[in-house]
Amino acid sequence: MSVEIKENQLIMDGSELIIESLARSGADVFIGYPITPANLLYSNSLERFPSFFAAPDEISALQWMCGFSTTGKFPVTATSFPGFALMLESVNMAYMMELPMLIILVQRLGPATGSATCGAQGDLALLTGAISGGFSLPVISVSSMKDCWELSHNAMKMAIDLRTPVVLLTSKEEIMTLASFAISQLSEINLLERKQYSGAETFVPYKTNETLVPDFLPVGDKKNQVRYTASTHDQKGIIQNTSKEAIDNTKRLELKHQKNLKHHLYYEYDGEKGANTLLISYGITASASREAVKNLREQGEKVSLLIPKTLLPVAPEYFDIIEKYNKIVIAEENLSGQYRKILFGEFGNKKVSGVNGIAEMITPARITEVVLSK
Amino acid sequence: MELEKKKFLTDADLPFCKGCGHNHIAANTEKALQLLGYDPMNVVLVTDIGCHGIIDKSFLTHTVHGLHGRSVALATGVSAALNNPEKKVIVFIGDGGATIGMQHLIDAAHNGFNMTVVIHNNMLYGMTGGQPSEFTPAGFKTPTLPYGGKKTGYDICKLIAAVEGASYVCRLEGISDFSEQLAEAFSKKGFSLVEVMEICPSYGVKSNPGMKLSKVIENAGLIINKFVDREVDNYKTEVKTEFRSLFSESDAIQTKFPSKLEKPFRLMLCGSAGEGVQAAAEFILKAGITSGLNGTKKGSYPVTDGVGFSAAEIILSSEEILYTGSPNPDVICVTSSDGLEYARKTLANMKGGKLFIDSSLKAPDTKAEVIYFPFRERGGAKNSSIYSIFYFLTKTQLFPMDSLLSVFNENKIAKKFDQDKMFQALNEPFVDGLTDNKKVIV
Repeated sequence: MSVEIKENQLIMDGSELIIESLARSGADVFIGYPITPANLLYSNSLERFPSFFAAPDEISALQWMCGFSTTGKFPVTATSFPGFALMLESVNMAYMMELPMLIILVQRLGPATGSATCGAQGDLALLTGAISGGFSLPVISVSSMKDCWELSHNAMKMAIDLRTPVVLLTSKEEIMTLASFAISQLSEINLLERKQYSGAETFVPYKTNETLVPDFLPVGDKKNQVRYTASTHDQKGIIQNTSKEAIDNTKRLELKHQKNLKHHLYYEYDGEKGANTLLISYGITASASREAVKNLREQGEKVSLLIPKTLLPVAPEYFDIIEKYNKIVIAEENLSGQYRKILFGEFGNKKVSGVNGIAEMITPARITEVVLSK
Repeated sequence: MELEKKKFLTDADLPFCKGCGHNHIAANTEKALQLLGYDPMNVVLVTDIGCHGIIDKSFLTHTVHGLHGRSVALATGVSAALNNPEKKVIVFIGDGGATIGMQHLIDAAHNGFNMTVVIHNNMLYGMTGGQPSEFTPAGFKTPTLPYGGKKTGYDICKLIAAVEGASYVCRLEGISDFSEQLAEAFSKKGFSLVEVMEICPSYGVKSNPGMKLSKVIENAGLIINKFVDREVDNYKTEVKTEFRSLFSESDAIQTKFPSKLEKPFRLMLCGSAGEGVQAAAEFILKAGITSGLNGTKKGSYPVTDGVGFSAAEIILSSEEILYTGSPNPDVICVTSSDGLEYARKTLANMKGGKLFIDSSLKAPDTKAEVIYFPFRERGGAKNSSIYSIFYFLTKTQLFPMDSLLSVFNENKIAKKFDQDKMFQALNEPFVDGLTDNKKVIV
């Protein structure tokens, strides 16, 4: 038997790709509190990040990150639902203060402590309502090893460009499953930097231009006073109750995401000519969906596939695609179809059906069955 | 020292009630910073939630106003990031904030983060209607505690003094001029704390008519004193500048062996924690990749390390692997009773394939071909998984044995492992007469 020489491959898991990508992108500090199944991100960061802090709890972790971000450093953490729940108020603070940071959320089976070593996709409903008042918290979802490499960088860029916390949504298997990975897939990662205000006029912390994203200066700046506040505030960063300037500033927090979404929109659309059915999936279930589509096509079935990666805010482009199809199937590993409800509401839509489940990965066979059902 | 023109506070009136101690703290902070010759741009004031927190707009320093109880944690991040003792980080927090954020105070003191925490202790929650905090002393009345507290409040100075790491801790009565004490605290390296005793004119005075602050302090058994004054090492943030990548091209696996695999192959190893299941799975994965295949390995285990089942699903394929689960494996190796329990559901669903199972166990009903072998007896519990993968490869010849050996021999496990004994054990025929299942002679 002859030896067919294949391209050189590495064995790795998603955690290594994510942390190496973020480190090369210029992330400054990882602040972590241990939790399964996010611990590989913690240990890899300890080895790879310029600075590493073991926080005494998840609230401290997020608060320390906010402190770092006010000085211009880019902080990263990784957690799972129980830890994220503790972080939530501080995530709102970072959102209000407009502090860039990345929170890697590794989903596991809930409710509560649930099963720490079992993967899940159960936190999207929480994320869509995470910011009090109906604001969008950006959520980027990885759906392959390649995504772990590229989207980690892109999520960090989004956080910096829009001055916002961003959630990189993953799950246990995406972080922990080992896989062969061709070296050629490791595209070059550019260093990201936080630009600083250099204007001649006095710095006004929350004054914005047409991008709706304010200029940045770190606290401790030698020339200009810098203010941050988690309370409703005017452009100077002074607490207000409900003055027009302050409420306009608060509304801007949502508008900046809507306005700039097109620059941070990531998805895969594999449209097949003549297909009436669109399969939508994200995260860990995307791989099962890819396999289901491959099998269906081998059987001569026509089916299209949409894998949204910028899950939130929901991009209008997704609806443009959805409108082309008579049947929509959404596969995700949670009990009631969280992204399905985000897209179509509790009322639902007759042409939409879900493939759902908990405690085990959804199989290509189950997806195929629903795609083929009348 | 008389105040120069204000450098740290604006000329506007302070935003507090007449007679509130918060006014004194702001004014004394201005004076203390002047005493020390600080530039306002070298000062970061971090404030908590509560009446004191609305002071930001009056300060000409950098200001950060966060969440209730979290100001010390927020300041920890600021301080660790600035990593520069020349930049003065000051935290204003109330007794309510210190209650909810006690962990942050202890942690910041413990680590010696550069900051001075000024606790505005008026013994109640002033912003929300005068509810008691954990600092409310016994007998002190508030609007929602009309008969007075029953227990004595926290003595924060004693608590923080007990934490090794604080450089300065003192309690003072928040009247007249205490700028020198504040200046002393501000000038300390590392973590310093000043508790300023106050009485809230809106709720404290009204609920305790005629009671003087000094009397409240005395009745509470709180001592006005310096508790700690020492030189300690302040926290220094490590910033590494040299790294090794988590992976590099030199780690790449080269194809050295052929494989005749034509369709994806799914193997499941099911055993017990501590018996090498995950390591064995990685050997097979790497051997497969060395044989020119793509591979994935998904691990499953309970929450506690080192207890219960341990299972791994390996997929090897000449094509790209999309889905990494194995609901219908081609082969399952079961080496322990924990592993068997985990494998039961999969075994029940299998429509073919093979089950290699330890001869001490009884195979459940399955359509897989059942093959018994004494992995545990011949290899010992710790080596049972390693034995099972070599046995598996002997039987399936999925790829050359040399491929698995080359991977295995690179590992430190191999150094203490008797390979000759294993191959002899694997080749020795096995007849199991102890169970009533249909027996397979190998």
